Amino acid sequence: MNPLKCDYCDKPAVVHEVTVKNGQKNEVHLCEEHAQEAGVALPSHQPLNQLLTQFVISQTSKGKAMAKKPCPTCGMTYRRFRQTGNLGCPDCYQAFEEQLAPLIQRAQNGADHHRGKTPRRAGASDDRQLQIRQLVRELDEAVADEQYERAAQLRDRLRGLDPQSPGSKAVAEPDNEPHLSES
Amino acid sequence: MEFAAHCPWLSDDGPDTDVVMSCRVRLARNLARFPFVGRADDAQRKELCNIARQVVLSGNLADGMIWVDLNHATARDRQLLVERHLISKNLAEADIPRAVAVSGDETLSVMVNEEDHLRMQLLAPGLRLVELVERINVVDDAIEAKVDYAFSPRWGYLTACPTNLGTGIRLSVMMHLPALKLTSEIDRVRRAAKDLHLAVRGYYGEGSESAGDFYQISNQVTLGSSEQDLLREFDQRVLPRIIEYEQHARRMLVDDNATLLDDRIHRALGTLRSARLLGAEEAMKLLSRLRLGVHLGRLPDLNITAINRLLLQVQPAHLQTYVAADLNSEQLREARATLMRQTLQ
Repeated sequence: MNPLKCDYCDKPAVVHEVTVKNGQKNEVHLCEEHAQEAGVALPSHQPLNQLLTQFVISQTSKGKAMAKKPCPTCGMTYRRFRQTGNLGCPDCYQAFEEQLAPLIQRAQNGADHHRGKTPRRAGASDDRQLQIRQLVRELDEAVADEQYERAAQLRDRLRGLDPQSPGSKAVAEPDNEPHLSES
Repeated sequence: MEFAAHCPWLSDDGPDTDVVMSCRVRLARNLARFPFVGRADDAQRKELCNIARQVVLSGNLADGMIWVDLNHATARDRQLLVERHLISKNLAEADIPRAVAVSGDETLSVMVNEEDHLRMQLLAPGLRLVELVERINVVDDAIEAKVDYAFSPRWGYLTACPTNLGTGIRLSVMMHLPALKLTSEIDRVRRAAKDLHLAVRGYYGEGSESAGDFYQISNQVTLGSSEQDLLREFDQRVLPRIIEYEQHARRMLVDDNATLLDDRIHRALGTLRSARLLGAEEAMKLLSRLRLGVHLGRLPDLNITAINRLLLQVQPAHLQTYVAADLNSEQLREARATLMRQTLQ
């Protein structure tokens, strides 16, 4: 059997559309090029399973790339963490933060932030600086996500920190607030 | 290895000891600039032991602190520590440099190189979590004055497993719930506990079965609430309800089913007084019935401390220490039955 030709050229048709309207049958046959021109979704020459395999592989390879990137401090991989349940070193929390955050929230009844004791020792001032930076970042994110209640809480927490610290000063300044009041 | 003649939790001297045999608070801490225990090499683990030894022994944390290098302890000594709830089974069985520091009164222990670099815990009879949280905080401060803890502003105290993250605090109670077990209400407690994000474990904590109607109940969430909020929720809201539930089930047994209750209690006593072979699990189950009987005033000649002591003595390492011999499992069963007959006549 000869393959049907395109309605517009001699190339073999790859898209066949049959519509029946008021008892009238209407057939359209298009080649790849003309189908594309007509904006018709193309059936691929590749079998579906091949397509899917590639889809799955491309997804997992993306996932793998993420998971394969080891912690720069201890060389731990995320994949290994999923196998053992234990991280390699304190820095892993930063290295895998993106993947860990949802997992931690699930394990910790939705909590995604520490509230409680903080070390009082000398290093703590560095921690406060870090805390301020972290809070500022989170505040920006909260505002960007239009989570204004959370933003207000974060701002209160920042104000609770040393007023001399640059982070809390910056946020306390009215200039930094317009996007909060704009809503 | 020398120990005080008693475990702190053997005593009946504490609030709600009829239901809460003992309580415990534990903090998980890691040192900055070291890999977690699982990823550290043995040289680093040894160094962690050395640092911990120095910090713990010089820190005035408690009177008469002793240091036990678990790599040089015998298997039976390690098992003794497990049976006294001073170290975990995992730490006893691990094959890496590890240690534990124990206070003279056995209320405080600091495990080194368990899942986290430091796991410090305080034990007390009855429900005294408020006091324990206060005390462990002091211990933590004393250690923190000498080392840098791994801490992140977002995640709090960093732990090897994210399930301990944040406060690193685990509040737990060893509950004796025989009436809820007898009335088959225990599954409702389990379900309710799950809804409240509590873990219900067996006599030796993680991975262990409940023996003799003893259940270890603890908070699972460690992040997002302060230590005080977690304590308040657990100590003032959750536990009183479970205690009341057990007490209510006990009253119902006495009021509606006194004959059945006395039958169970006296059968237990009869078996313990007559058996020639006793497994540890069976002994604990029978002792649990006696404990219930004493608390309900059905066994006026026995006291709780004696039963608590037997609960400890029926454990394999204690039994072997008591008879001063290494015993196989058949010999252990015989020694256990003999101990019961001698003690309960």
